[in-house]
Amino acid sequence: MNVHDFLYYIILPILSISSLLVFVRFFQGPSIVDRVVALDLLITIGIGIIAIYSILSNKPTFLDISLVLALIAFLGTVAFAYYLEKRNKDD
Amino acid sequence: MTDILVYITSGLGAIFVLLAAIGTLRMPDQYLRISVNTKAATLGVGLLLTASALFFLETSVTTRVIAVIIFIFITAPVGAHLIGRTSYFIGNALWGKSVTDDLKDKYNKITHELKSHKEEKEHEDENDTKS
Repeated sequence: MNVHDFLYYIILPILSISSLLVFVRFFQGPSIVDRVVALDLLITIGIGIIAIYSILSNKPTFLDISLVLALIAFLGTVAFAYYLEKRNKDD
Repeated sequence: MTDILVYITSGLGAIFVLLAAIGTLRMPDQYLRISVNTKAATLGVGLLLTASALFFLETSVTTRVIAVIIFIFITAPVGAHLIGRTSYFIGNALWGKSVTDDLKDKYNKITHELKSHKEEKEHEDENDTKS
């Protein structure tokens, strides 16, 4: 079993299962804060999948996208936190 | 040799990410979920990125990976603090079995200011001088 088989048959399925579990929380989250946190975690798992996929396809260029995704995750969380705090409860 | 390091780092990273996902699903409270996300997922993704850096062993890849890891390590606590603060303001209740709530009655709900410890101390001093 070389590195490619290990990553393809063990690591990627684990990451897929974990993203499915987070999706469950994303759909059933009781409050909107849960959904924001689950979205943040989904993007973070996406960064991990990109890192593994760049090994599998032998193209390190994919790692650039992970930087962009990390930036988007942070900005999304900050924007959601800001506007949820500003929102009146009556809206 | 580097293959063994790739096995170890990627396996540990996947396990940490799986633990973060299970924690997000099973934890009873928003604040506990935020805590799980910040710690376990950040460590797991950092290990997965380290695995790709160890696999390629090129300067360009390593610098990119270090940039991503530093960015995630800086922004994850900031985002978690912001969303936790928002969750407290919106009025999400703590888990029933949580023991302490240090922020109780300390936030001004209208101006969103935290009553500082220093102010409280001065107040106590005033009371002492009056009595």
